[in-house]
Amino acid sequence: MSAPSVELVKLSRSFGGVAALDGLDLTVEPGTLTCLLGPSGCGKTTALRIIAGLEHSDGGEVRVAGQDVARIPANKRDMGMVFQSYSLFPNLDARDNVAFGLRMRGWNAAKRRERAGELLELVGLSAHTDKYTHQMSGGQQQRVALARALAIEPRVLLLDEPLSALDAVVRVQLREEIRSLQTRLGITTVFVTHDQEEALSVSDQVAVMRAGRLEQCAAPAEVYADPATAFVAEFIGTMNRLPGTLSADGQTVEVAGRRLVVRQGGTEAGPRSGGEVTVLIRPEAVRLEPAEDGTATVRQAGFRGPITRITAVLPDGTEVLSDVPSASAAELVPGRAAALVLDDAPVMVF
Amino acid sequence: MTALISDSPAVQSPATAGPGRTQRRRPRAGRAVLLLLFAAYFFIPLYAAVDFTLGGSRRNMGHTLSVWTGLVHQEGFTTNLMTSLKIAGGTVLLLLVLMVPTMAWLHLRLPHLRRVVEGVCLLPMAIPAVVIANGILGAFKSWPQAITGSSWILILEYVILALPFTYRSLDAGLSAIPLTTMVEAARSLGASWPTTLWRVVVPNIRTSVASAGILGAALALGEFTIANLLLLNTFPIWTDQAGQQDGEVATTASMLILFLSWLLLMLVSQLGRGRAGKKSPKLRRNK
Amino acid sequence: MTASAPADVPAGVGEPAPAAAASRLRPAGVRAGRGRAGSARRTRRTRPADLLGLAPFAAYVAVFLGAPAYAVITAAFKDDSGNATLANVTTTLKDPYRHAFFVSIELSVLSAVLGAVLGLALAIAVSGAKRDGFVHRAVTTASGVLAYFGGLPLAFVFLATLGPQGLVTKWLNSAGYNLTQHGFVLWNMAGLVLVYLYFQIPLMLLVIFPALDGLRPQWEEAARSLGASRWQYWLRVGGPLLAPPFLGALLLLFANAFAAYATAYALSTGSVPLVPIQIGSVMSGNVLAGQENIGNALGLWMIVVVGLVVVAYTLLQRRTARWLR
Repeated sequence: MSAPSVELVKLSRSFGGVAALDGLDLTVEPGTLTCLLGPSGCGKTTALRIIAGLEHSDGGEVRVAGQDVARIPANKRDMGMVFQSYSLFPNLDARDNVAFGLRMRGWNAAKRRERAGELLELVGLSAHTDKYTHQMSGGQQQRVALARALAIEPRVLLLDEPLSALDAVVRVQLREEIRSLQTRLGITTVFVTHDQEEALSVSDQVAVMRAGRLEQCAAPAEVYADPATAFVAEFIGTMNRLPGTLSADGQTVEVAGRRLVVRQGGTEAGPRSGGEVTVLIRPEAVRLEPAEDGTATVRQAGFRGPITRITAVLPDGTEVLSDVPSASAAELVPGRAAALVLDDAPVMVF
Repeated sequence: MTALISDSPAVQSPATAGPGRTQRRRPRAGRAVLLLLFAAYFFIPLYAAVDFTLGGSRRNMGHTLSVWTGLVHQEGFTTNLMTSLKIAGGTVLLLLVLMVPTMAWLHLRLPHLRRVVEGVCLLPMAIPAVVIANGILGAFKSWPQAITGSSWILILEYVILALPFTYRSLDAGLSAIPLTTMVEAARSLGASWPTTLWRVVVPNIRTSVASAGILGAALALGEFTIANLLLLNTFPIWTDQAGQQDGEVATTASMLILFLSWLLLMLVSQLGRGRAGKKSPKLRRNK
Repeated sequence: MTASAPADVPAGVGEPAPAAAASRLRPAGVRAGRGRAGSARRTRRTRPADLLGLAPFAAYVAVFLGAPAYAVITAAFKDDSGNATLANVTTTLKDPYRHAFFVSIELSVLSAVLGAVLGLALAIAVSGAKRDGFVHRAVTTASGVLAYFGGLPLAFVFLATLGPQGLVTKWLNSAGYNLTQHGFVLWNMAGLVLVYLYFQIPLMLLVIFPALDGLRPQWEEAARSLGASRWQYWLRVGGPLLAPPFLGALLLLFANAFAAYATAYALSTGSVPLVPIQIGSVMSGNVLAGQENIGNALGLWMIVVVGLVVVAYTLLQRRTARWLR
């Protein structure tokens, strides 16, 4: 049976007069992983829970393989879910946890045992089949939770910030495992997170949300390089905010001594004619070179392995972040004068 | 009851407030009936008692406050009430002076003995007050009358009776703070042990200490068994004796004890809620 | 209810069980390990001198709890002249003491079971209500107060309600229903159970609330997403998780009722023989010559019964605390 698509059509939900979801439209293609990304309170978890059937919506539809699932109760939706914490049933060992869904489907004990064993092996925990929740680390618990969700061969896999409660190293490791499992099994997946790095690295598609609405939904590279709104631009990765002057025709902007083309498009109507604006530029689009007559002064240099992030200050006090290959960063020490060169590429202004 | 604080009320959904409540409307009626029945069971007796103290059982129909106002004039009322209040005060003081440093020390230096001390503090549960009273007669036969024949023995024993909930309260409070770090910080800044205890530890477990103290006071005010068996005079004892003569006086005095205890316990509940509100919202992200 | 307030109730009204409260600050899994490692580190540094810090406490308990307990236990085996004898103990195994034990146990079991079941029903009904809503708060505060409410005031309150001059008695009379004719008085078994429930149910609430709260909504939701109906969830997850705290609470309620003195003292006219009352009457001299230590023997048996129950309760609590974490 092939994986279904999941569509959210004008999904709305309010709690006590506050709209947690405000007309969300989203399509998850069959077999792909879409991340719902956004700050706390943006409605991403609410959307996921509505998909799962754990919450109802006030308006709009959830369609799986084209069919509205509103009438289907949560325990019949055939969706696997992984929670942020307290995922596992503490009174059952790993194997029984994984086999739980199978038990609900009437599988006999032998088959359940076998399948649970397979799945635990899939997540690398065959040695832990008899362990209980309190005997496992956070990462192990989440792996078992994942195995449990996958055991029932769900049509859709839902993950609610599954890695947020884990340590950084485990988090990175586990997200790659989740992604590779997902691609291998080809399950339509919705993954909620507030961590943009996580979202960018595991998704086929990132849906950036804010205040119950969708800001942008696109492939990770596009969301990074071509943000539709200022919010997305700043939420994903880091952005410099530099003061600039817009030209009379609104097509170019003068910033840090350069004249750059203003990026057209996006979902926000930008300023049309001249005036002071804020320009958004990525640190990797800012180049710093040590120069005696440079206008910028290096304030701080943060070594990050392959890249060094330099914090420099312009004469008017504006701080600029620049990502420089560490190999060429040797002379950019605090106090040094440097010349700021912006890449010649369209920029976002607002 | 739980310290479940949701920092953004907008996002706290009914479903997280109680398991799977999204599509259940039917049980609401049943639940309301159940709650009403229980409410009736618990309130009617209280109402009946208050009504009784207002003269409800008398032939003349009116309610009157005469029993309440006349209470102060009853022979022995004031003296015994004072005695009980003093006992309560003494109990609380002794209890806290003994247990706060002990528990702090336990948490700091002997955490592996916590189980043992907990067990010891549960012993008063395993040895009923009746039996303790019995044992006092035997064990303290040779002690001076000034102690065993006075309120002192009560204070000393009420501390024991208070141990179970005192342990729980202080243990909870001490577990919830970074005790070792704080004490080490204080000591490294030059504070002596008493100063550290008084200025660093106690202020941070204020609610637990208050809780334990208040519960101890409530216990001391209402305790009957040991006082009765040791033939001592406290307010509850007086209530019982008055009861032999005049049911109204006895019930009224009992209601007084009840109100006092209730007030104290409301205090504890308020403190508890106040503390819960201070818990860092960051730590509760399980939405 | 005894003067010794219910021991395992949470530290104050409206507070979760201490272990759960403290530990909920640590997310499951990895971080919990740090806490455990921390205490292991401390253990190795313990010096014998540190034990001195516990000396005041130990001495106090030894004198004011240990000595009386010891006195009771040893005196149980002595006769009036101080010679060792089993006579007291064997006498207590016969009527009327034996009967009193059975009655005490009956009262305790009835009030414990009813209290536990009714309390659980009420707790579930309340936990479905909104957290911090009126119902929830009212019930938790009330149970905190009423669990400690016992002894004399309780007896008087019920006398005012269902006693011969009681309000409810009068209501029923005017409706044509005479209580005593139907065999109900406050001081028979039914009456005492009804009265005991007044503090047993709140005590049950106090003990079971943390356990119910400890049932994470995620478990119910996970079960649902895996295809379980509500019933199946309770059968396979909720029920098994609640069983230890429920049993523990049951035991606690039993011990509480068994040891209760004041209420029974104020209500009973001797028609319902209870062990605590018997001890009391022995202490006030109502005893045959040569059997002054009967009271101690009875006390010994009480310690045995209640002690066993409390031990069982503590073991069950350990088990609960494990998953409540």
